[in-house]
Amino acid sequence: MIPELGQFALILALVLAGAQAFFGLFGAARGDLRWQAVVRPAVAGQFVLVSTAIGVLVHAFVTFDFSVLYVASNSNSALPTFYRVAALWGAHEGSLLLWAWILAAWTLAVAIASRNLPASFASRVLGVLGFVSFGFLLFTIATSNPFERIFPVPADGRDLNPVLQDPALAIHPPMLYMGYVGMSVAFAFACAAMLEGKLDQTWARWTRPWTTTAWAFLGIGIALGSWWAYYELGWGGYWFWDPVENASFMPWLVATALIHSLAATEKRGVFKSWTLLLAILAFSLSLLGTFLVRSGVLTSVHSFAADPTRGLFILGFLIVIVGGALALYAWRAPLLRSPAGFEGTAREAFLLYNNIFLVVAAAMVLVGTLAPLIADALGAAPLSVGSPYFDKLFPMLMLPLGALIAIGIHAAWKRGQLGSSRGRILSGFGVALLSGLVLVYGVYGASKPLTPIGMVLGVWIILSSLFDPIDRLRRKLSLPRAIIGMTLAHVGLGVGLLAISMVESYTVERDAAIAPGETLVLGRYGYRFNSIKEIEGPNYDGVRAEVTVLRDGAPVATLHPEQRNYWVQRSTLTEAGIARRWNLDMFVALSKNVGGGRWSVRAQLRPFLGWVWLSAGLMALGAVFAVSDRRYRVRASAKESAGEPTIAQGSAAEAS
Amino acid sequence: MSRFLIPAAIFLALAGVLYVAVVHSPNKSTMQSALLGKPVPEFNLPVLGRPGMTVSKAQLSGRPWVLNVWGTWCVACREEHAALLEIARQNALPLVGLSWKDEDDLALDWLKQLGNPYSVVAVDHDGRTAIEFGVYGAPETFFIDADGRVQYRHVGPMTPEVWEREFLARVPRGGLP
Repeated sequence: MIPELGQFALILALVLAGAQAFFGLFGAARGDLRWQAVVRPAVAGQFVLVSTAIGVLVHAFVTFDFSVLYVASNSNSALPTFYRVAALWGAHEGSLLLWAWILAAWTLAVAIASRNLPASFASRVLGVLGFVSFGFLLFTIATSNPFERIFPVPADGRDLNPVLQDPALAIHPPMLYMGYVGMSVAFAFACAAMLEGKLDQTWARWTRPWTTTAWAFLGIGIALGSWWAYYELGWGGYWFWDPVENASFMPWLVATALIHSLAATEKRGVFKSWTLLLAILAFSLSLLGTFLVRSGVLTSVHSFAADPTRGLFILGFLIVIVGGALALYAWRAPLLRSPAGFEGTAREAFLLYNNIFLVVAAAMVLVGTLAPLIADALGAAPLSVGSPYFDKLFPMLMLPLGALIAIGIHAAWKRGQLGSSRGRILSGFGVALLSGLVLVYGVYGASKPLTPIGMVLGVWIILSSLFDPIDRLRRKLSLPRAIIGMTLAHVGLGVGLLAISMVESYTVERDAAIAPGETLVLGRYGYRFNSIKEIEGPNYDGVRAEVTVLRDGAPVATLHPEQRNYWVQRSTLTEAGIARRWNLDMFVALSKNVGGGRWSVRAQLRPFLGWVWLSAGLMALGAVFAVSDRRYRVRASAKESAGEPTIAQGSAAEAS
Repeated sequence: MSRFLIPAAIFLALAGVLYVAVVHSPNKSTMQSALLGKPVPEFNLPVLGRPGMTVSKAQLSGRPWVLNVWGTWCVACREEHAALLEIARQNALPLVGLSWKDEDDLALDWLKQLGNPYSVVAVDHDGRTAIEFGVYGAPETFFIDADGRVQYRHVGPMTPEVWEREFLARVPRGGLP
């Protein structure tokens, strides 16, 4: 009986989402305040109903209700409680439900925070969000009902995919969805602005914190997924250009462009139509990501099911939402004028260059990801571009972008005045060049040609970002959170560039079969295979080895790689043993028992790998600071939004 | 107005590609019907790591065998590799690899590093044989009976479950000759 309540709640939520869309959009179009008054209660009701549905499904998981097909397929009586809750989004149906719930939560937040916005604008924003929600709920109910019953009731469930039984991967999807769905807010703001036919600097200020928040979640979600791939897949890599990774990376690239373009729109009133387009693109790519993962058109590590009906439904939805928004854009965007001019070395210009590089990079990833589909549609031979394509092209876009960032940080709005910053630019570059070259040729040794470039640029970006905040502190000026946030994010980028250059160039690895007592030598390091013993977990058994890492013969770390056999799904998973030092990851993974007590293992030394995650963390922390800046907390009333740049003309606004 | 229409035009083209992709997507029933019971195409391909040697359809006929299409560039192939090694250990059916549009050095490295589950690996540099098999994307695995006819085709990574349900179950009772 309880599962049917969940389904019923979903159907009611669908009705409310429809009402929210209808009364929000048409209420605003007719200027009918009574219609618009329906919208916020509909948002609240929808949130309560979707929460109920989520609660019902969690209840079914926790109480082992195997009469529910989804629970029977993704859970098991031996599955620990934490993963029984995480199993909620372990497969298609539950993932969609989570998507819908996160959208309902974002919409509720927008409904609460938008009470000071002009009524018709807020109605349109909520109406667009209601429309998106309607589509997703309809999709869930029509093609992917998570509450479907199964008869006869199986005695036990088929268990959660063992790949997903991991803390990082358990929270990876919700983070990613927070990012994907969060982009719908910027999208709704963009559609509402086009429907209103008005886009001013206040609009950009409203949109910015939402976009930055979504961007941060997306970044954390991507980093978690990459971290998981690193220690769980046993290959020792952290990024594979897998279609599903790409699906989350493309919206991140475009969202990064969007937060910068929004800054220019807020401060200078420029790039209006471009900002709108980016807001549409960021959410479209989020939807496309969902489509690629859920329709199963691309085979990948992550794809779990292929179902053409679902694919067609999402495609139809994509066409309505994205096609509609782009048509609206073609109609409305020509009416927007960006009055302010700027010079070729002004901050606006650098943000424009940054945008071009980011969007081209996203397009490059898109083409690479869809290459098999495009070849198929053209009737050409099956074609799959692997990491060689991305590894070759991506740095060619990112390295020039790095140099532009290191210089552009010093540019002022409107007039470049780069001349006055020449000292900073050159001294930063000089120090970066020196330290980068010392690191490459003095400490680590010559390597791939791109290595020194990447490292010098990484250091340069870090130094460039620090000039302004240090200068402010020295002159005892205020240091607004917006600037702290921007600095953290840019330092994070520099750290990431530095770390990736190091990892890609100086990783050493060796695969070999060794027996207990033997040592695998890797340069100055040795991996001594001490022992291996059997282990048993709640729903798996397996082996755990003890490996001591020696440096110049002295032990520096002990690693415990595992191999687990999950009983129900009968699959074998590796858990790598990793020890992290500030400048080095020592990695070992068991790959197989080759007999005679010997195991083939993969051992790696990856310098500075930890800094890749540090980079993601710094960017997310930067977003937290930027979003909590004072000027977003001071509630702007509709009256002061007359379009003139009244807001915080002070130093904070100038710089961020 | 016109330049503002460009995004919509690009999107329409993309939607067309996606539509074709969905309609063509690995739909088990249609894929099966196209190949089921048809004889395996003729081929005579070089053997990986054995210069001068070749492997042909005729050499493999007379008993059931399994063809696994893979490439070092294919992430899902890496995923299924552990399952293939386990399958090879069972020694129930000869497992023939088809190294699809790959570089021999990379393929040999891969097998050295991860273990070699294959009885023999045929090299399909230009992808012609794979096309004749109707390969959609790597990995794919075919069950071919003693008469040289395709009896089953699995798209995507091989798993122990699929192996037992779809492959081992098709081995004639009484074992192999």
